[in-house]
Amino acid sequence: MKETILLTKHMRENPEESHLLKSYEKNGGYKGAKKVLKSGSPESVLEEIKSSNIRGRGGAGFPTGVKWGFLAEDEERYLVINADESEPGTFKDRILLERDPHQLIEGMIITCFAANISKAFIYIRGEYAKPARRVQNAVEQAYEKGYLGKNIFGSAMDLDIVVHLGAGAYICGEETALLNSLEGRRGEPRLKPPFFPAVKGLYNKPTLVNNVETISSVPWIMNNSGKDYASLGVEGSTGTRIFSLSGHINNPGNYEIEMGSSFGEFVESLGKGVRNKKSIKAYIPGGASAPWLRGDQLDVKMTIDDVANEGSMLGSGAVVMMDEDTNLLLAAKSLVSFFAHESCGQCTPCREGTTWLENILDRIASGRGRLSDIDLLLDVCDNISPGLTWPPKMTTICPLGPSATASIVSLMKDFRSEVEILLPKKVVLS
Amino acid sequence: MSWEKDRIAKAKEIIEMYPQKRSALGPLLYLALDKDGYISNESIVEISSLIGITEVQVQSVASFYSMYKQEPTGKYLLSVCKSISCEISNSSDVITKVKEFTNLSNNETDEEGLFTYESVECIGACGGAPAIQINYETVEGLTPEKAVDLCKWLKEEQPKVIVADELQLKFGGQKSFDWAIEDNSGSSSPVPGFQTYEMQEDIQ
Repeated sequence: MKETILLTKHMRENPEESHLLKSYEKNGGYKGAKKVLKSGSPESVLEEIKSSNIRGRGGAGFPTGVKWGFLAEDEERYLVINADESEPGTFKDRILLERDPHQLIEGMIITCFAANISKAFIYIRGEYAKPARRVQNAVEQAYEKGYLGKNIFGSAMDLDIVVHLGAGAYICGEETALLNSLEGRRGEPRLKPPFFPAVKGLYNKPTLVNNVETISSVPWIMNNSGKDYASLGVEGSTGTRIFSLSGHINNPGNYEIEMGSSFGEFVESLGKGVRNKKSIKAYIPGGASAPWLRGDQLDVKMTIDDVANEGSMLGSGAVVMMDEDTNLLLAAKSLVSFFAHESCGQCTPCREGTTWLENILDRIASGRGRLSDIDLLLDVCDNISPGLTWPPKMTTICPLGPSATASIVSLMKDFRSEVEILLPKKVVLS
Repeated sequence: MSWEKDRIAKAKEIIEMYPQKRSALGPLLYLALDKDGYISNESIVEISSLIGITEVQVQSVASFYSMYKQEPTGKYLLSVCKSISCEISNSSDVITKVKEFTNLSNNETDEEGLFTYESVECIGACGGAPAIQINYETVEGLTPEKAVDLCKWLKEEQPKVIVADELQLKFGGQKSFDWAIEDNSGSSSPVPGFQTYEMQEDIQ
């Protein structure tokens, strides 16, 4: 198994200066955008993106071309890049921001041309201080060159980009919470339907919200073609994808691969196997929100649809491997604490439920578990996400609450005995 | 104490960048942090008049986000990650050791104002777990011992600028990705947002 290198090509071949405009241009950067602005039409760009069949890389996997097609007509429209990468296990956008910010900017120029947008924002999480510095520097370099601002590349198109820093709230990765945050409000998700950002987004104007990796793919697609992109990967999961591999692995890291090989192959060949030759007990196929898969499910194919068929999701492409020695109760506790900490507090099932879950797991882990705790955990989960199915049924505005139940449901479904041994035994009086 | 002229000019410049004034609230809160190390009441009043929203609205937003510190922060903000990839790579031992060395609990600052300690959720360094941020500069592949060495070094050297690459070389191990650009950029305070507007002349 080998990597297929599209998005990470420039940064790998020019490790010392891939963040600089001169290096990006020397390697063919901004050519695509110049060509599109000179001789392309918005319709032709949209056509290419649609024919590439690229699906959003943030987690939901929505077809990008369709999203762009939904954007309502208005004089003012916005593009917002979601660089609030905070899903535990995920660190793919970090390299794209840190190592190749101009690729993102070129993608934004093409996107804004296609969607007739003249104001764009890059919302970067505050903890990404270094990536944010690099992006801000790249934006300034692009302004100096006339690649941003008025009449870019001498065309009739204007585009301003503002780099905006978040301030430590995972929930702002949810697109409507991100828009609220960008408007200077608390990062609380908006109820949708009725209005999606493509119709009423930032300042109630039509807004495209796209992930860093999605928009960074746009220059390659335009330099080659939508068809070329669609020929990579498998149907329904075209192109390459950067997977973040972490956990008990010899060689963790970001790997750009075509979707379609199995998790097992991925771990063995690129991850160089499990540390200390141990076996995998369980793994997370797509970030903290995704239900776990078992070690005997490593033959599952890494595509959006295959993972969904197993009752989980490929999500943000974060693969976390847990070996046979892992204390899965503590793993679940860490995940649940995360969601409890990051709950915005709007919806009662999530605000109260995640805290309850955390407290119950905490008492089991510290040896104070009660006989009824497993039922209680599942009951609280069921109140957040009725039926405990995946994808979840929701009692909340956004999927954060239901995501907190994923690890507990996985734990109780496949590893119940690991929790039971920590609970007191039922005393039978005869 | 209200804001000095320069800071107000900077704030007005930031407000200009946005289609609506209120969007500048986040960046202005970082300006406030840069002034006092926390969001002071004076800053809240100042920001509310600059943006044209009430003080309560400013405070309501400030209190929502964990990075807008409500209390003074030390010179070095130590943020140890405790999310899943770090958790299964023994981050709890790193946390114990760092707490022990600094003698601090979560969200506490020592009397000298040198360290503030916090355990935080995912900082995007999962491939190099366990990881720590010092003033939001990431060091990966720690061991509990190296984490203590790092704190000792900070205490002795008290560097003006925290440079991630330098600390990674001295105290780090496994990194999230290999094809790294070496640079000497870093942060000069525990306020990340401010550097976006006051860029350092280090990446040329």
